[in-house]
Amino acid sequence: MSAKKASNTAEKAKLALYWAASCGGCEIAVLGIDDKILQVAEAFDIVLWPVAIDAKVHSIEVMEDQSIDLCLFNGAIRTSEQEYMARLLRQKSKVLVAFGSCAHEGCIPGLGNVTNREEIFQTAYHDTPSTVNPDGIRPQLETEVPEGKLYLPLFYNTVKTLDQTVAVDYYLPGCPPEPERIWDALVAILENKLPAPGSVIGAETTVCDTCPRTREEKKITSFKRTWEIIPDPDICLLEQGLVCCGLATRAGCGALCPTVGSPCIGCYGPNEGVEDFGARMMSALASVIDSDDPDEIERIISEGIPDPIGTFYRFSLAHGSLRRVSINGNGQVKDLAVEKA
Amino acid sequence: MTEEQFEPKIVAFLCNWCSYRAADLAGTARIKYQPNVRMIRVMCSGRVDPAFVLKALALGADGVMIAGCHPGECHYMVQNYKAMRRFAMLKHTLDKFGVENDRVRLQWASAAEGLQLATAINEMIDQVRELGPLNWSARWSENGQIEAAIQSLIVEHAEAMEVPA
Repeated sequence: MSAKKASNTAEKAKLALYWAASCGGCEIAVLGIDDKILQVAEAFDIVLWPVAIDAKVHSIEVMEDQSIDLCLFNGAIRTSEQEYMARLLRQKSKVLVAFGSCAHEGCIPGLGNVTNREEIFQTAYHDTPSTVNPDGIRPQLETEVPEGKLYLPLFYNTVKTLDQTVAVDYYLPGCPPEPERIWDALVAILENKLPAPGSVIGAETTVCDTCPRTREEKKITSFKRTWEIIPDPDICLLEQGLVCCGLATRAGCGALCPTVGSPCIGCYGPNEGVEDFGARMMSALASVIDSDDPDEIERIISEGIPDPIGTFYRFSLAHGSLRRVSINGNGQVKDLAVEKA
Repeated sequence: MTEEQFEPKIVAFLCNWCSYRAADLAGTARIKYQPNVRMIRVMCSGRVDPAFVLKALALGADGVMIAGCHPGECHYMVQNYKAMRRFAMLKHTLDKFGVENDRVRLQWASAAEGLQLATAINEMIDQVRELGPLNWSARWSENGQIEAAIQSLIVEHAEAMEVPA
């Protein structure tokens, strides 16, 4: 790292951070590395970081291609503006990292894929009790005002992950990534000890392997919601009937939730080799059901898992094989163009 | 798909010990079934991960069949019971995704049941033909509006930069 500690700012590596459809937690997680942020500032010239510094998109647009050494991009792609920024930063960056669960696999914004633009607009601009909109005004792509034309980005029907939009070099999972993992990744980048392109920077084992609870043979006759039981502090939560996603989830968090009695919800994303997180959960949960009777199996599943998409795809709907819930059946996607005023 | 009849693509995972032999038997006995099915031999119906089914549907299959030994007759003791539970879980989830029930089917067929397997395959193909193409990937396209919206952003940025300081 010392080689990068050049006194001349012109020789510093350039770092960009950007957020798209995300909550902002990833930006705060970067600050979670505490005083090490000063070492980051020492090693990098930060050219874009909306939460912390005032930089203009235009100043990125006029930069030479590949002149940003590292871009940490968090957030899913929900609007055309986000897609534009993803393309711009891909073009200007040598290394583009999908930072956090939203960029990696869609995360909570990706759950918007159970619905569509029309339904979201209907709820947000008409139906909610706190909305007062007597003229039924909706966001328009273009609006004429006396001073000229105003533009708004296109709101997509389907949330995309970053790698469904542009080529991604590395993935840093987590909602948000743990500060220690962020620091590990920054050091790996600075020391040029990066893994093979396209890989996830993180552990290659599951949350279960880092969980302190005792595991025996899993056999359950009903799934429990978290409010239904006070879990035993030492036994595996899944053996107690709680839907714990630790078995499909990549380690890296230190098994924070199961350690304190709350089941893993899968925020660290699929473990190495898991292509579809939800499918892995379905497979694993179905296997532990202690019944050979089709009717009883059906009852246990329908009573215990009322919301399979929210349970199995909480963080990975946009990244799963199916990506979204069907609109209007048979591939007939209704043209939900934003209506012109 | 104008005047022509829609021909569905069905992917079928058949277990090595019962169902694949049932398909073989159907062949040697010259029992005909419609050619819309692509068979994949797996060692056991319990080997069929729900991910295989989801991937098949996402990549263009109109339906997926999983076939294995009858309950109690699994070559690996109880793995077809696992297939049964996984299938129930998968179907419960696919229902919420809006995938019609008839597009996935779990079929038991012993090595002696060539006719039963052929009948089940024909029945499923007819049902899926009735449902029409799945064409799943069309569901996440944005109808070509994206490029126009992105280009207007570039116009907007250029206009914003023209404002005198």
